[in-house]
Amino acid sequence: MKNIAVLQFPGTNCDLDTQYAFEKLGCKTTIVWHKASKLPDNTDLVVVPGGFSYGDYLRSGAIAKFSPIMKEVIEYANQGGKVLGICNGFQILTEVGLLPGALKRNIGLHFISRFQTLKVVNNNNVFLQKYNKDEVINIPIAHADGNYYIDEKGYQELEANDQILVRYSDEKGDPVVVNGSVTSIAGICNQSKNVFGLMPHPERALERILGSDDGIKMLEGLIA
Amino acid sequence: MTAIVNVFLKEGVLDPQGKAIHHALDAMNFEGVEDVRMGKQIVLKLSSTNKEDAQKEVEQMAEEILANTVIEDYTIELV
Repeated sequence: MKNIAVLQFPGTNCDLDTQYAFEKLGCKTTIVWHKASKLPDNTDLVVVPGGFSYGDYLRSGAIAKFSPIMKEVIEYANQGGKVLGICNGFQILTEVGLLPGALKRNIGLHFISRFQTLKVVNNNNVFLQKYNKDEVINIPIAHADGNYYIDEKGYQELEANDQILVRYSDEKGDPVVVNGSVTSIAGICNQSKNVFGLMPHPERALERILGSDDGIKMLEGLIA
Repeated sequence: MTAIVNVFLKEGVLDPQGKAIHHALDAMNFEGVEDVRMGKQIVLKLSSTNKEDAQKEVEQMAEEILANTVIEDYTIELV
């Protein structure tokens, strides 16, 4: 059985959904309060869930960056441990420098909450290994600061190393502008492909009756 | 001493909030506005009386937390 650590900051609100998702897939999950200085022993995956850590004060993810647990998460990632950041978790991972780039306010300024089709750009990583390349999947998004920015040089590196995971797309897989992200990027990974971040919420796409179960394969990839 | 830190998106990084304000000003018939950039101002009250030390310390604060230097620039004014 895989052990999943789900972080919780003041203002995190997707911790229980994330716990539900991984338990449904047969994992043991532990919610880890941000003031903890250690991750549970034998952690197989750390998830930084969505929400509004510290009320998004200063910038999304800016204050969570200095929570005691993040030091441990950085060390865990640097030793090759798997880390997933969803939505606010993605913002936090860019703030601490585990992922390149930054997330700005959406181009239309609105908070966008809806199902969104995405194209799987690369599947040569554990996170998306269960999908086909170019597959179009349907996963909800819910964010105000999802406008991914990276400079030209950084973008070339992402491209060259297959670090772009998913792009916002239409049902045919053609990119669409949702929030102003550089080339419609919705999720990326680091160079060594053990740290993953995306704005869409796979933990909210587990049951067809609730709209889509396309998120299961993402989470399964990480615990395979 | 007071430190005033202004944080703005870098030149060349599209500023959606500045753009929206610009649109609103146009709609209100304020003519002659060529560009709008929106930022934030953080005012720090410091116990330090040494300007040089204060400048160094606030620079470190700006680099580490007040600004995200991937997308933002900052200025520091000590008064």
